[in-house]
Amino acid sequence: MVGNRQEALRDPVRSYPGAIDCDLHPAVPGMSALVPYLDDYWREMVAVRALDRLNLSLTSYPQNAPLSCRPDWALDQGRKPGSSLAAMQAHILKPCQSRFGILNCLYGAQVFHSEDMAAAFCRAANDWIRDEWLNRDPRLRASIMIPAHNTELAVAEIERRADDDRFVQILMLVSGETTLGRRQLWPIYQAAERLGLPIGVHAGSAYRYAPTAAGWSSYYVEDYIAQSCAFESQLQSLISEGVFAKFPGLKVVAIESGLTWLSGFIWRADKTWKGVRAEVPWVTRAPSEIIRNHVRFTVQPIDAPDERDALLRLTDHLKSDELLLFSTDYPHWQFDGDVALPDGLPDSLFRKIVSENALATYPRLAKADHALEVAQ
Amino acid sequence: MSTLELERNTPARYKLRVIDCDIHPAMTSWTEVHPYLEKRWIDHLSVYGSHLRHAFSEALSHPRMSPDAARIDAYPDEGGPPGSSLELMRTQHLDPNGVEVGMLIPLRWNPGSQRNLDFGAALTRAMNTWQIERWVKQEPRLRASVLVAQEDTVAAVAEIDARGGDPNFTQILILPRTDEPLGRRRYWPIFEAAVRNNLPITIHVGGTNGHPSTGGGWASYYMEEHHSVAQTMQAVLTSLVFEGVFERFPALRIVIMEGGLGWIPSIKARMDKHWSRLRSEVPHLKRPPSEYIDEQVWFSTQPMEEPGSGAELIDLFDRIGWDRLLFSTDYPHWDFDDPRYAFKANLTEAQRDQLLHGNSRRFYGL
Amino acid sequence: MVVRVNGREIGIFNVDGEYFAVSNRCPHEGASLCKGRIVGLVEATEPGTYQYSRRGELIRCPWHGWEFDLRTGKSWCEPDRTKVRRYDLKVEPGGALVEGELRAETFPVSVEKQYVVVEI
Repeated sequence: MVGNRQEALRDPVRSYPGAIDCDLHPAVPGMSALVPYLDDYWREMVAVRALDRLNLSLTSYPQNAPLSCRPDWALDQGRKPGSSLAAMQAHILKPCQSRFGILNCLYGAQVFHSEDMAAAFCRAANDWIRDEWLNRDPRLRASIMIPAHNTELAVAEIERRADDDRFVQILMLVSGETTLGRRQLWPIYQAAERLGLPIGVHAGSAYRYAPTAAGWSSYYVEDYIAQSCAFESQLQSLISEGVFAKFPGLKVVAIESGLTWLSGFIWRADKTWKGVRAEVPWVTRAPSEIIRNHVRFTVQPIDAPDERDALLRLTDHLKSDELLLFSTDYPHWQFDGDVALPDGLPDSLFRKIVSENALATYPRLAKADHALEVAQ
Repeated sequence: MSTLELERNTPARYKLRVIDCDIHPAMTSWTEVHPYLEKRWIDHLSVYGSHLRHAFSEALSHPRMSPDAARIDAYPDEGGPPGSSLELMRTQHLDPNGVEVGMLIPLRWNPGSQRNLDFGAALTRAMNTWQIERWVKQEPRLRASVLVAQEDTVAAVAEIDARGGDPNFTQILILPRTDEPLGRRRYWPIFEAAVRNNLPITIHVGGTNGHPSTGGGWASYYMEEHHSVAQTMQAVLTSLVFEGVFERFPALRIVIMEGGLGWIPSIKARMDKHWSRLRSEVPHLKRPPSEYIDEQVWFSTQPMEEPGSGAELIDLFDRIGWDRLLFSTDYPHWDFDDPRYAFKANLTEAQRDQLLHGNSRRFYGL
Repeated sequence: MVVRVNGREIGIFNVDGEYFAVSNRCPHEGASLCKGRIVGLVEATEPGTYQYSRRGELIRCPWHGWEFDLRTGKSWCEPDRTKVRRYDLKVEPGGALVEGELRAETFPVSVEKQYVVVEI
């Protein structure tokens, strides 16, 4: 049963003790930070081709665009937003009083056309995150960056991180080279299911195609708005292709999706399914049911004028209070001050969003957490 | 859901009056268009045929789950595809469903997507005349749409100006998968012509522009493709807003047709939220996106959404705005909405009247 | 075939000698269900497989394609929520009918001088 709206409402909340922040963005300050983690060949390529002079900011997140960094989270001396652990601690981890924070690194290595290059730099970036972030703050966890367009290399990278419980998720961009449900990606999902790692699908595009079937739009703001459509499409692909039928233990987390599109999505997807089921007979449950069982959504941004109302409406429509995961999307500018969650949520829903749903979604979190308790 | 519940939704005594904004007429044979097509193009059509940005020259890349994407019970006894018989359209739809006015939305050949621009323009001229001669003149309840081949704006504007004075044409028709997103400046002469001729532009699902169904690749299944049209509509609406089409053409009216309704409140909110952060990129926008939509965009109702309860449906209409909804059936397509049973909610008679014909009467000036 | 009994339309189907009867109205939007296509059941143990069985025992609504099991009247996707009324049927030899008092309407359905008796 979803949170009862008649429950006692919390007083205005300005910190979230015990929160699990499921979307933080560490930034690689420059490729030179990764060089120590590269082998001889790639180290030489960086030098010869001056790769370290390339700015690998994603078109999905232009470095200086207002959305990419909240003004009071900007760093001095021209440093990239999110590139300082100390700043992340001071800006967000401490004020929120977070218990855990999951790092989703949106470094451009994932989208090089060359699979080998993508794999080499994803590996280096994952090593760098381990050393410079996970090793320095016990609250931090990370998603594994992978070259999704080569599943062998992707699975190798996943296996490489499997024994480090601080890697809790596999990171993929919502708009890649193929729709996310396609069978050619299944080795990644197989590894994910086996290792208990959710797939974190994050807003962002490899721009292999126009952002939508309408074509190449002019403005960045249009591209960013189209991200919610991308989540709709890729969720529909995962469902239609039968990924959850094939991998019943798999969980997917939609990160930075906008949220409120989900109601319209399930209405249309459920209705369509009833008419076309024979095309996809492995879809044996309504899409809304599949989502309830397999998909979770980080909270920021909330696309609604009244955010509290929107979250309550969503839990009503989806008939579940287990879908939402607390996130700040630091350093992206999605909220002002410390209002990472709207005020006035019913107590039980608040607790689910802030930590309980994440603990249920990320098995490794709970494991590490338990280990910490035991150690103390 | 049972037949009993079906009856409860519409009181038996309610007199059905409908303005249907989306009816798809078809040709018994493609030769029907010959009287309106120059010989050069008749030959071209026969020899080279349709030339689109996808693999099949005639078929859809994602075949539908029913033939002709139609209701199986809509095939005329005398032969021909669903939608090709005026008589059957009358007896099966216009008469029993109380249709007082029906808007024709012809889709055959996808003239706006034809790579040969002259061919596409010729088809639009022929099919515009075909609508009048074959349908509107025989049946006073029907109205026509001005088809345009939008990639050739000169030809498109000429066709709009040629038809604009004919009251039998109630709108201009463009399918949303155009070469560039429809808000882009190259299409603005068409918006200018629409306003000059006081015609709304109806954007009905469809078009083939070579772009994949999604930003991450092509749909494998029809289940995905059918869903993707809703995303395309959201993208086209976003383009119209952010390119400044509504700002530049405040008198322009747009109908989003057959795109569904469930996404409307969320995309409006998303546009507003991120515009407020990124407005320095688009200084030509003087107002929040949702304000333009609330003033200049209408939505046809089919395929009707079926949320978990009647209350959710009413809530959806509240958030879209009851006056923005134009009833449509999509006859004779498979996802047809019956005016009696399409709304899974307890509507008052006044609400029913408003949705089924009141809004359209005002919108089209009927 | 579709017959009319007490103001209700009922569709009667002969599937390999077995008879089924269901109400002719689709509960979704009122389409004449019996104009739909009779199909078998397709299931899948996993994606990419198509296990076909029960030929001719389901019907797809002629409009939105919702599948109904002719044996049970239930929709395949939502068996608990969405169903059409099904009717019990018996096939009686013609002679038996002449003798007894009839409680239900009967419909001659074949050249073998048998009758399908629909219980309303």
